[in-house]
Amino acid sequence: MSRYFTDEHEWIDVEGEIATVGITDYAQEQLGDIVFVELPAEGTTFEKGDDAAVVESVKAASDVYAPISGEVVEANGALEDEPALVNSDAEEDGWFFKLRIADTSELEGLMNEAAYKKFVASL
Amino acid sequence: MRYLPLTDTDRQEMLSVIGAETIDDLFIDVPAEARLTGTIAGLPDHASELAVERHMGALARKNLSAGEAPFFLGAGAYKHHVPASVDHLIQRGEFLTAYTPYQPEIAQGTLQVLFEFQTQVARLLGVDVANASMYDGSTACWEAIGMARRITKRGKALLSSGLHPHYVSVANTMAKFTGDALVHQAPTLDAATDIDALIASIDKDTSCVVVQYPDILGRIADLTPLAEAANAAGALLVAVVTEPVALGAIKAPGAMGADIVVGEGQSIGVGLQFGGPYLGLFGCKQKYVRQMPGRLCGETLDAAGKRGFVLTLSTREQHIRREKATSNICTNSGLCALAFSIHMTLLGEKGLRELATLNHGLAVQAADRLAQVPGVTLLNDGFFNEFTLVLTKDARDVVRNLADKGILAGVSLGRLFPDAPAIGNGLVIAVTETVTPEDIETLAAALEEELA
Repeated sequence: MSRYFTDEHEWIDVEGEIATVGITDYAQEQLGDIVFVELPAEGTTFEKGDDAAVVESVKAASDVYAPISGEVVEANGALEDEPALVNSDAEEDGWFFKLRIADTSELEGLMNEAAYKKFVASL
Repeated sequence: MRYLPLTDTDRQEMLSVIGAETIDDLFIDVPAEARLTGTIAGLPDHASELAVERHMGALARKNLSAGEAPFFLGAGAYKHHVPASVDHLIQRGEFLTAYTPYQPEIAQGTLQVLFEFQTQVARLLGVDVANASMYDGSTACWEAIGMARRITKRGKALLSSGLHPHYVSVANTMAKFTGDALVHQAPTLDAATDIDALIASIDKDTSCVVVQYPDILGRIADLTPLAEAANAAGALLVAVVTEPVALGAIKAPGAMGADIVVGEGQSIGVGLQFGGPYLGLFGCKQKYVRQMPGRLCGETLDAAGKRGFVLTLSTREQHIRREKATSNICTNSGLCALAFSIHMTLLGEKGLRELATLNHGLAVQAADRLAQVPGVTLLNDGFFNEFTLVLTKDARDVVRNLADKGILAGVSLGRLFPDAPAIGNGLVIAVTETVTPEDIETLAAALEEELA
């Protein structure tokens, strides 16, 4: 399994043709207490860069973009009851949705963990 | 707010900063032929304050105002007695602000009022949560239809024939831009409501059923079967209340299973005001709160553990979500909400119930008396403070003739539904606590003469 990052602060785990997507620990910390997550319905297809989900803290609502193109095969229902999971475990249990990858070449432009850390340090 | 007038020196300074010589230089982009020179034809150039006051006074005297005549007009706007203390309190400087509190932390008093307003509205409508607040009843009704679409992901709304036609009209205007399909028919002069027909019309594309309670003809139906049928088909029930005083006497729509309850709050605390500004009420079940338009006020504790109020759940609003906002109708009608809240507080639960009882009692007296007039039939089996009379001729003429005699006799269905001549003989009569037994007698006598 390999993990990628975007400059919009999403992480992507790729396992076979399925990509799991969430927001990074850095992102959740910037947002503060997360009170609501709106997730895409199963079967929705996204082009890279489409609005895929919304994450709301008390005073802000932010879009989560699809980091790569694909079809949603599962959304993390646990977030509906417990959106704070994104705060407590952003990069594991706080995942948002799983995509069936449409085009693996889109992964090429993304960052690895070291590059993302460097990117965040530069912000 | 201080008013700081500009001096000629101020103007010259500003002009020199931007490199203009005269104020007219600021308008050089406007074609010369489009610019006004001289006076406007037909309008006097200027007049003294006294002359203007006299002129306006003379114009105003041409009106027959609500307070001067036996008054039976309702249909969505009601004349109730508003205690003088309401008007006095809303004019305090702390409250009489010009704008919605977008920097809410500095406006704790305003936020507390909105918090209490929400509590009162939620209890009145029988719902879990209410926002603070909407523009008016008709736009709140449309927002409920839009919200039902977002929740159900379906785009067909069934509108009861008993829904106020102006509310239907607002919804039609908005639906032009959203693509919602709205199904609506004009009412029939029938004692029964269209609940059964609505139930039969619900299908898999239906986002919501919108029903007014009491409806435009004053009819009251148990909404429970409709709520059940809608929910069973995956649709929502939207209930619209145009006379909130009624809820002091009859069951709240939320208690009958309505998913979203909206209303016009004008009856409580807000005068007729020639049709506005009014106040939209909006409440729903807790599970739909994330799709609710507008904002909620929440109670919290500050860092020092002290009670405080914040605007919360406003993340879907225009100032945060811009073009992705759930709704751009969060004009708060804050002062009207405050008036509502103060009046409601003065009444209390017991007072509201008494006020409702008084309204209903007088309406029953009026209905009994008017039904005795030859040529008049009472349509309703049941009603709160508003009912429909069926006359032997077009009610529009009757209303006009009675207005000439100094009686504001009700709202004719011909006026409300100009495209439905079949119901033109219907006259909707509203009776509030401001109607006296003498007023009822005056109306009855005049109707008798008119229909003879």
